[in-house]
Amino acid sequence: MFSSLKSVIAKIGHNFIEGVWHLGAGGRLFFYILVYLGESIRRPSLIVREIYATGVLSLLIILVSAFFVGMVLGLQGYNTLQKYGSSEAIGVLVALSLVRELGPVVTALLFAGRAGTAITAEIGLMRATEQLSAMEMMAVSPVGRVLAPRFLAGVISMPILAALFSMIGVLGGYFVAVPLIGVDSGAFWSQMQASVDFREDIVNGVIKSVVFGIVCTMIALFEGYDAPPTAEGVSRATTRTVVYSSLAVLGLDFILTAFMIKV
Amino acid sequence: MSDNIVEINNLSFGYKGRLLHKGINMSFPRGKVVAIMGGSGSGKTTLLRLIGGQLKPVKGEVKVDGAVVHEQGREGLFNLRRKMGMLFQFGALFTDLSVYENVAFPIREHTDLPESMIRDFVMLKLNAVGLRGAHNLMPTELSGGMARRVALARAVALDPQIIMYDEPFAGLDPISMGVVCNLIRRLNDALGATSIVVTHDVHETFSFVDYVYFVSQGVVVAEGTPDELRKSDMPFVHQFVHGEADGPVPFHYPASDYKLEMLRG
Ligand SMILES: Nc1ncnc2c1ncn2[C@@H]1O[C@H](COP(=O)(O)OP(=O)(O)OP(=O)(O)O)[C@@H](O)[C@H]1O
Ligand SMILES: [Mg+2]
Repeated sequence: MFSSLKSVIAKIGHNFIEGVWHLGAGGRLFFYILVYLGESIRRPSLIVREIYATGVLSLLIILVSAFFVGMVLGLQGYNTLQKYGSSEAIGVLVALSLVRELGPVVTALLFAGRAGTAITAEIGLMRATEQLSAMEMMAVSPVGRVLAPRFLAGVISMPILAALFSMIGVLGGYFVAVPLIGVDSGAFWSQMQASVDFREDIVNGVIKSVVFGIVCTMIALFEGYDAPPTAEGVSRATTRTVVYSSLAVLGLDFILTAFMIKV
Repeated sequence: MSDNIVEINNLSFGYKGRLLHKGINMSFPRGKVVAIMGGSGSGKTTLLRLIGGQLKPVKGEVKVDGAVVHEQGREGLFNLRRKMGMLFQFGALFTDLSVYENVAFPIREHTDLPESMIRDFVMLKLNAVGLRGAHNLMPTELSGGMARRVALARAVALDPQIIMYDEPFAGLDPISMGVVCNLIRRLNDALGATSIVVTHDVHETFSFVDYVYFVSQGVVVAEGTPDELRKSDMPFVHQFVHGEADGPVPFHYPASDYKLEMLRG
């Protein structure tokens, strides 16, 4: 009894220490990447290549999801709003939900699943096959050559993807509200224009997606870089990327929203 | 300036407490081709990593061109590594780059040469390993032996002063093996470089190297020129040169007694 209790406590302690250690190692890697950022910016061709791999290849899944999310928002929103006789406000509802919340958050979740896992698996395999070691022996820093460009690409891609998500989502909402349900098209757009504030809504949404971009890319890079050099190690790291990114995005979303909304 | 470009003094190193090297002394004179031989798992790859500064010794030191490797900062280490080229045991080609780009990689990273010159350099090196025609292939489209030859071309792309080869002959047919032996010798002499060749292959190696170190159980057990070693009657050298299973070189990884373990079952 006592010994099993002790082992439980030991396990909790072990996991806690492990967690703190990981956080520290991640922080150190983040610092190294920042150090190499300047060098990396001077080689735009590398960044463009990574933007293609992370951003462009994530476009399809993000745009399709956005259209469906927008359509669902249109249906649900109309269903509720018409009870209060304000179905023209549907445009506002769709736009605000997307720009403030769903755009940045859903994009980040999809990004973690689509691009984050790819980054982790690629870097994990590069370590397992000694490619990173070979680079070091050629006096080329893997952090500068491999991690920093991917970091920049992720941070640049995320806000753009989130903006596209919101745009396509609004179109999805429009498609349901105007041609299908018959809400007045003029009211849909004019109410939206009148109520969506540039500073309060759009800029805050962009801030969120930049933060998510930094966090998701950093988690994907760290898990790949830190993965044990085995097939199992890489597969576990890939799973961790999705789990940690999702939790971090949802948690940070709450914190950021709390700061942004004036109660 | 010392005559030895690489010196290993009383070096000890181990993973997780178990000492792998127990006081190794070696020196690699400029311009020579030196072989390090020893059984599988005797720590040869690890020794190359210590020379390259990827691992820190527990005791002793490795000196490259007069500088103690483990005392270098990041910058100093990179400067040392710029003098080295290394062929990895498993090639370690960049799988997202073509054969051409793999060989061009170190040139692009460390020089600002125009594309036409890079092309000349790359084709020259690929030609030397007989793979000029394969420059468009991706690493996954190569056989093991071809990948290793590309890795060799990449290792010498920048004409390093110290070239380390980790098992350059593994997975090569007898013809390529002869070619690679020749290549290592020619590259070494043409560049005025120093080569360190890690290998098991006694006969090929003895035919072209200047000096040989045998390591076993963490120490240098024999050394000398190939001629001296061929004549040597040390049991260790005899066993290795003639490939006998019984002798002082243990075939097994250190373990508890097999019979006892079975009985305990
Ligand atoms: N990263 C590591 N962590 C722990 N132990 C290791 C590690 N790498 C190698 N070892 C151990 O160190 C010993 C020597 O490994 P090393 O790769 O240097 O051998 P080697 O002489 O190159 O063998 P081979 O001829 O088979 O390539 C082995 O017994 C191995 O178990
Ligand atoms: Mg080895």
